[in-house]
Amino acid sequence: MARAISTRRKIAISAIAWLVAFLIFFPILWTFLTSFKTEGTAIQIPPKFVFFEWTLENYVTVQERSNYFRHFSNSVITAVGSTIIGLLIAIPAAWAMAFSPTKRTKDVLMWMLSTKMLPAVGVLVPIYLIFRDLRLLDTHIGLIAVLTMINLPIIVWMLYTYFKEIPVDILEAARMDGAGLRQEIVHVLTPMAIPGIASTLLLNIILAWNEAFWTLNLTTTRAAPLTAFIASYSSPEGLFWAKLSAASTLAIAPILIMGWFSQKQLVRGLTFGAVK
Amino acid sequence: MRLRSIAIGSCSLFALAAGAQAQSLTIATVNNGDMIRMQRLAHHFIDANPGISLEWVTLEENVLRQRVTTDIATRGGQYDVMTIGTYEVPIWGAQDWLVALDGLVSDPAYDVDDLLPAIRGGLTVDGNLYAAPFYGESSMVMYRTDLFEAAGIDMPEAPTWDFIADAARTITDKDNEIYGICLRGKAGWGENMAFLTATANSFGARWFDENWEPQFDSEEWKNTLQFYVDLMNEAGPPGASSNGFNENLALFQTGKCAMWIDATVAASFVTNPAESQVADSVGFALAPDNGLGKRGNWLWAWSLAIPAGTQQAEAAEKFVGWATSKEYLALVAAEEGWANVPPGTRLSLYENPEYLSAAPFAEMTLGSIEATDPTNPAVDPVPYVGVQFVAIPEFQGIGTAVGQTFSAALAGQISVDQALETAQQQTRSEMERGGYYR
Repeated sequence: MARAISTRRKIAISAIAWLVAFLIFFPILWTFLTSFKTEGTAIQIPPKFVFFEWTLENYVTVQERSNYFRHFSNSVITAVGSTIIGLLIAIPAAWAMAFSPTKRTKDVLMWMLSTKMLPAVGVLVPIYLIFRDLRLLDTHIGLIAVLTMINLPIIVWMLYTYFKEIPVDILEAARMDGAGLRQEIVHVLTPMAIPGIASTLLLNIILAWNEAFWTLNLTTTRAAPLTAFIASYSSPEGLFWAKLSAASTLAIAPILIMGWFSQKQLVRGLTFGAVK
Repeated sequence: MRLRSIAIGSCSLFALAAGAQAQSLTIATVNNGDMIRMQRLAHHFIDANPGISLEWVTLEENVLRQRVTTDIATRGGQYDVMTIGTYEVPIWGAQDWLVALDGLVSDPAYDVDDLLPAIRGGLTVDGNLYAAPFYGESSMVMYRTDLFEAAGIDMPEAPTWDFIADAARTITDKDNEIYGICLRGKAGWGENMAFLTATANSFGARWFDENWEPQFDSEEWKNTLQFYVDLMNEAGPPGASSNGFNENLALFQTGKCAMWIDATVAASFVTNPAESQVADSVGFALAPDNGLGKRGNWLWAWSLAIPAGTQQAEAAEKFVGWATSKEYLALVAAEEGWANVPPGTRLSLYENPEYLSAAPFAEMTLGSIEATDPTNPAVDPVPYVGVQFVAIPEFQGIGTAVGQTFSAALAGQISVDQALETAQQQTRSEMERGGYYR
């Protein structure tokens, strides 16, 4: 009997999980389906789910009008670049705060996080002027710098949380065995924190890939990533849903595929230390 | 060895010279059919001007506005040509943020006198033309001829608001999802407030008196808003407070609206059989009036301007001249047909019989544009320029705040009186902060 209830519960939980997953995934599915409709079919009420005349014309139009691969490569360069630089700064910072805390460590962490509470538009003009004077507008370097800075507080916080889970005794044992600071970080700490670092890396790439405020405001053509590519397909006058959906599908496909293949790593990292 | 050095030196010099001559213009533009067509045809300009290449930045209207405003206000120099509207030109021109298009004005081949006077007036500050119109639009009534015929109603060429209201109530059949009228309700200075400000002009209302005092406490504004809310509640579609241009376009194209008053540019969408289910039964009429001498239509022109921060003003002016010339209109006609020529900028277009026969809405568009006067938009005198907006920097913020209040009145969250009272307070306080009463 107990076994039967357990199976029923399992089925119920599975059904709920599938339902929630479907609801979360539905906007992406709908975007994907809309990208294969004509503009007329895209606005039809009641909407058609799969039984419509499928067309590739939106993808053809998007390819003709935009240079997708330039936007794509700009997204890769800025997302990966900002993530690597961010990790290079954040790992030592999080190590210091986790293993050599001072009285002010918590305050510093809170201060770092508080910078995320400032609305970005509030500092747009000063940043724009600095970028203009340093000739960083519409450059990869400029965009990597700003994306690194805006995501740094989150990376430091995440890594700090992971590092705190690592027993200090292990590091002390390494020290007693004669390990120096560099060896301690490289050979002891890093291998143990790999799941955490990996998930931080993946999350930061996703955040940088999706960032739309700074990437739209600080670029024009040379460094414009996929966010600018999507923004060019929205229109206040005229039907655009199908073409916008095609552009969105092309823009999210790479990150979706990356997320699909790395989901085990991502979940393991995000739940690291959650259950003791 | 010496020969090799000379060869390398010559190549370097040649490359330097070529680099010095090559100019790349960055053009910021909005995503609409006419602009995309211009991008497609721009190779003609490049062929005729081999030293100039073009880079396009196409953005959604609101994103574009924020983006180019940041750049021009900081003289960032990221763009050489900007697509801006009739709202920005008077403000930016007065700030010396734009390059005056003197070269085009003095060029007989460009024929600046061929530009429609209402449009040209909206792009001129202190006698200087600061932007060249790429396409112009007004607003008008689009209606379903089949539904009017079935109801036994004849739409006059120049209807009154009372006629429109009566026809809308008569035709409405909510059980069959046929709504008498679809109007903008989505909050925003360029959304519901564009429609309501233009409507208010025809009801004798105005945003400000000559001393910049807001006028939402006037009887005329009360009549305007009450008329709009009552009409939409009785004959409008459900959820109208979140409907903008595209939502109403979708409703009209799928046969849910008997009338739609909106931008003249919509005429080509609703008559396109590939998109519209009612393409063969659409008629057009002038925007309504109340017999006070002003019709409820607006005036807008997407125009090309050159920011003062550009280093390539000469090449930019060459491009602006090409894209807004008579020759460009002829090029579009030759490549894509007269019906696709950008409307509302040049008088000569409306004297062209080929265009008039290809675009059945052409005369109505011209009539609507000519019925507006941006320098004298309301029945009573006003201190501002602009038909459906007030060309002051504060208007974007004020217009959107008032638009949210009026949208709430349409949704039934507050009464018309409360909405007008709130609008009066919001506007007065913003204008005070802006230093208009010192």
